[in-house]
Amino acid sequence: MAIIEAQEITKVYRLGDIDVNALGGVSLTIKEGEFLAVMGPSGSGKSTFMNILGCLDKPTGGKYLLENIDIGDLNRDELAAIRNKKIGFVFQGFNLLPRTSALENVELPMLYDGIPAKERRELALKALKNVGLEGRGDHHPNQLSGGQQQRVAIARALVNSAPIILADEPTGNLDTKTSAEIMEILVKLNTQSNITIILVTHETDIAAYSKRIIKFLDGLIISDEQVGRS
Amino acid sequence: MINIPSTFRISFRALRVNKMRSALTMLGIIIGVGAVIAMLAVGTGASKKIAEQISSMGSNLLIILPGATTAGGVRMGAGTQPTLTLGDADAIQKECPAVSDVAPVHNGVAQVIYGHQNWSTGVVGTTPSMLIVRDWTLAAGRNFTEQDVKSATKVCLLGQSVVDNLFGDMDPIGQFIRIKNLPFTVIGVLAPKGQSAQGQDQDDTILVPVTTAQKKLFGTSFPGMVRTIMVKAKSTEDLAPAEKQVNELLRQRHHIGPKQENDFTVRNLTQIMQTAEQSTKVMTLLLGAIASVSLLVGGIGIMNIMLVSVTERTREIGIRMAIGAKTWDIRLQFIIEALTLSLIGGVAGIILGISGSELISVFAGWSTVISPLSILLAFGFSGMVGIFFGFYPAYKASLLDPIDALRYE
Repeated sequence: MAIIEAQEITKVYRLGDIDVNALGGVSLTIKEGEFLAVMGPSGSGKSTFMNILGCLDKPTGGKYLLENIDIGDLNRDELAAIRNKKIGFVFQGFNLLPRTSALENVELPMLYDGIPAKERRELALKALKNVGLEGRGDHHPNQLSGGQQQRVAIARALVNSAPIILADEPTGNLDTKTSAEIMEILVKLNTQSNITIILVTHETDIAAYSKRIIKFLDGLIISDEQVGRS
Repeated sequence: MINIPSTFRISFRALRVNKMRSALTMLGIIIGVGAVIAMLAVGTGASKKIAEQISSMGSNLLIILPGATTAGGVRMGAGTQPTLTLGDADAIQKECPAVSDVAPVHNGVAQVIYGHQNWSTGVVGTTPSMLIVRDWTLAAGRNFTEQDVKSATKVCLLGQSVVDNLFGDMDPIGQFIRIKNLPFTVIGVLAPKGQSAQGQDQDDTILVPVTTAQKKLFGTSFPGMVRTIMVKAKSTEDLAPAEKQVNELLRQRHHIGPKQENDFTVRNLTQIMQTAEQSTKVMTLLLGAIASVSLLVGGIGIMNIMLVSVTERTREIGIRMAIGAKTWDIRLQFIIEALTLSLIGGVAGIILGISGSELISVFAGWSTVISPLSILLAFGFSGMVGIFFGFYPAYKASLLDPIDALRYE
């Protein structure tokens, strides 16, 4: 079943008097449980495409269906609700709230979903355990290593049982060994929990963890190939 | 769905992180609320004091003074031309329907002696109705009677200050004092009244029958002369009719032609005092309004800091939005932050205002009254200031684009 269906998506930015075509009609279907890597040089349109897939931005033209919901019809708050329920974000810069404990960071999506405090706590502790951070709930981001912070971010992405995780260069700020650990967690989530993972990277060895690699250039998909996981 | 308790926690944490900044921002509200409460306390205290003075003077009171004499073109002040008599007082009592009681006054200053003590004080010759006219009660003993007035007996009522100065702790009832060397029996002690509006000690006085004062103490230019007549109207509404009736009656009795000026003056003290009370109320309002301006300035301070805070936390706002915070989640977070600042400031301001007005009453000697209403008002106002000035920054935050906000460094 297709969880994401993008049809002829275009995105035009206006910079002063010039229109910039960031995406020139991109079509893509992603099935539930896929592990997809998106590659391409900067300026190729992959970030723009990811923002649209993540419901952070709307396409100028074309149609984007997420679990058969037409994203183009939704307003700002409805998009926020979709992000909250359907998509877990993992960023290159971790993007945890500073001066806020790991546990509370993980609880955050549930806070905006109106889940009662007790249940929030239980689910957040479970999610932290899931990424191997049991007992670190009280630590603040500045007391955690980069790898640990990224695990907190993954726990936060998981905690609302989102079917999709969007990981935007999740290993960009990490060393090789830690990168491998983070990727193992993503692979585990993909295989064990059937979470669809969309990974943006420009490192080939990171992309190698995926099952399908898509390459962007100048606002278009130039290659789309299935790969065997090593 | 928004979770208010958690939003409060988030806001509290944000404020704790920047303790110094939060405290300085609150200072504006603290001073504003404190000033409002202290100013209202001073104003309310002043009007309460005036109200007390009005009631101590005697309510619904008219004072009739004799007219001014003219000597060689030079007009003397009111009361210099003796025109009022006991007969006038009786006539007012009998013929003016709006008047309830009348007390003629023939007074002077005399040296009073008891044992080794002596004291100079005002001696007021009057009738028994004086106590009614001035709303005076007896602390001990009895009032003198009409019979005492008729036969000019040498009895007297003492004010509390006279008792204190002559008798100390002794019971004065039944004792003899000498007024201008004449022996008087003390038959009663007046209940204390305190200071008058002009700051006079109203308890430093002795009441004697008016005839005694006329014949034995101060003498008269002509028989039956009195210095003033005090008139109590039946009610506040009757004050104006009473004034008119007294005027007409006295013009008739004194044979004053239609175009001639009065040879007496009727003063409506209650009215004067009520005017004073009114102006104090306006003053209170004015003081409160000025103090409110500082509260407003405090609110602008909050808005200023909240705007800085929104800019500083753009990235945090982006993260929250990406994770699913809706427009009102973001707005409420910042509004509650502003509200928390202003309410904590409000509580501290109330404490400052209360202790400030205590200090004013101790050091400046002004009476201050802190009304619960003014506290409620200041607190409610500071809360409104918080919401009002917190809204714009919150609104700005909620309009941020999540992508831009996430990229913000």
